[in-house]
Amino acid sequence: MKYYRSHVLVSINDTSINAGVKDFIQALRAELAKTGLQEEINVLETGPLGFFGRGICLTVYPENINYQDLKTEDIPELVNEHFLKGRPVPRLMLDSDSKFSPKLNYDQRVVLRNSGIIDPENIDEYIGVGGYEAWEKALTQMQPMEIVEEVKASGLRGRGGAGFPAGIKWSFSAPLEAEQKYVVVNAHDGEPGSFKDRLIKEGDPHQLLEGTMICARAVGATKAWIYIRGEYKLCIQRLEKAIAQAREYGILGKNIFDSGFDLDIEIKIGAGAYVCGEETALIESLEGNRGNPRWKPPFPGVEGLWRKPTVVNNVETLANVPFIIQNGADAYRKFGTPECSGTKVYTILGDVAHPGLCEVDMGTTLRTIINDYAGGMKKGFRFKAALVGGAAGVILSERHLDVKMDFASLNQYAAVLGSGAILVMNEHQSIVDILWSILRFFRHESCGKCAPCRNGCQQLYKLINKIKKGNGTMDDVEVMLTVAEMMQATSFCALGQSPIMGIRSAIENFKDEFIAITKK
Amino acid sequence: MYKKICSKYEPTKDNLIHILHEIQDTHPQHYISDEAVEEVSKYLNLPTNHIYGVLTFYSMYSTTPRGKNIIRLCESPPCYIKGSENILRKLKVLLGVETGETSKDGLFTLELSACLGVCGNAPVMMINEDVYGDLTEEKVEEIIEKYRRAQ
Repeated sequence: MKYYRSHVLVSINDTSINAGVKDFIQALRAELAKTGLQEEINVLETGPLGFFGRGICLTVYPENINYQDLKTEDIPELVNEHFLKGRPVPRLMLDSDSKFSPKLNYDQRVVLRNSGIIDPENIDEYIGVGGYEAWEKALTQMQPMEIVEEVKASGLRGRGGAGFPAGIKWSFSAPLEAEQKYVVVNAHDGEPGSFKDRLIKEGDPHQLLEGTMICARAVGATKAWIYIRGEYKLCIQRLEKAIAQAREYGILGKNIFDSGFDLDIEIKIGAGAYVCGEETALIESLEGNRGNPRWKPPFPGVEGLWRKPTVVNNVETLANVPFIIQNGADAYRKFGTPECSGTKVYTILGDVAHPGLCEVDMGTTLRTIINDYAGGMKKGFRFKAALVGGAAGVILSERHLDVKMDFASLNQYAAVLGSGAILVMNEHQSIVDILWSILRFFRHESCGKCAPCRNGCQQLYKLINKIKKGNGTMDDVEVMLTVAEMMQATSFCALGQSPIMGIRSAIENFKDEFIAITKK
Repeated sequence: MYKKICSKYEPTKDNLIHILHEIQDTHPQHYISDEAVEEVSKYLNLPTNHIYGVLTFYSMYSTTPRGKNIIRLCESPPCYIKGSENILRKLKVLLGVETGETSKDGLFTLELSACLGVCGNAPVMMINEDVYGDLTEEKVEEIIEKYRRAQ
């Protein structure tokens, strides 16, 4: 292996592709060659870097300096100053004042341990960092029930929203006798503000495939489907490429590693419907129907896709699995809290200094996440609220900054943790306004199958509209709560049961604002 | 043309969504016509009402002709708090259309969309397959101009 003095990691994503990152990389390599540095400086195309800068972004190791919004014209200066003379260029840096760079806790990461380091489009790089060892172990050294037991022991809980223990979910399907079983990867990622699953797939697609394979082996499924939103083109391409590479290497296919086990993975794409993140609606969509949820029970684990036992897991959940199998449940339990093991991936957005992506232990406080991983609040702004968990989430206030973020400590607010979206708002943002935006979203996304949700979402939007315009009363606020509570009790699926979360937390934590606006 | 697209897929119902995507993507007006629905219905042996049901359920499909370029502006909370309403106003003025309409020259259709998953660069819009983030009113003007010039 060649040794380089520095590694330049360039993030390839939708925004940077649009800004011309491919031409940029070519020009950068040419400039390095011109100055004779091509043997010293390694340019790597990779996934998310942990911060969301503008345009073309890159990180230089080992200095850990981040640049953003780079143009081809900047290359000579960058190469000459930074790479040749060792003087970083403040003008182009992500944050030239405070020299902030996102905390890189690679030793504490599970899901994102390779993200931003390896080339996601190259299976050899994944194998080079120990990839597919867990798959080989699961296939050649472990019995299916042993895999299920290991995942159970790890305490891994679903990272899609509800936090159901993954091992227990698997244990429902594993012992069933059926001619065919399926694994479905829920990669819908439709919660507004949450796109951690997209970044996991774009940054390290093979790890997701490996987790899916292990799950398939554990429950005895020979076919797995990955359901992705139609909007995520780059993501779909990367996964298709990854699957093709795995097939070529014989990691997928017939009689894998001479174990007698067959498995294939295919991608199915959606066409824009939030409700398809609900597992039974997702299954309907996979079958080529409208994405209306199904009655439970029977649960998908018993009767799912084409009425066959189907395990539906979220992307992040499965991306945890290779680590658990490779290192054992005890190693995994070292992360997080005793009740909630493991790590959690968050996307931090809004009025923070540096919106970004991070993976931290379960139970890390909101304050730590905002300060250490997003550089605190944006200059000149104060923290007012955070919408945690997307549209189906809760609005937390300053007094929640030190609450541990895990399924147990957030108790009544816990259901929202899964999607990992944190939207931070400054003191000038109106809570009524954000709630309006959330309820408009629900009105649009209700699938219309059941009356409580179909009519309830309309009524909630009407009420918040009235309140937002200053024509509402505190009675309207009360009615909103009553309607949302009724929806929670009677709606068919989680979509209609969710608006109460945002409404109740907004009213509980920011009552003054509702009083003020209804007095006008 | 529709037959040719259909024949790339196995005639099973679960391929419906993929087939509809391809028909729409390859149509110059980015929509799914009655004629296409008939063809798909025959190929998959599904009633046309099932296909219309699916078509009208998912927001990415259109049953009416659209412009050459489809603009999909995100209206979800993360983009909303970053001022997507201003961007929408600007787009309406620039294109002379309301939401859901196509500009007179047939170049643009303006649509709203749920989260596009690029919230780190909010506010965001997609034009066809390309994502544009960190939008400002000036930037939107430049982008639209770029598409007009490319004509």
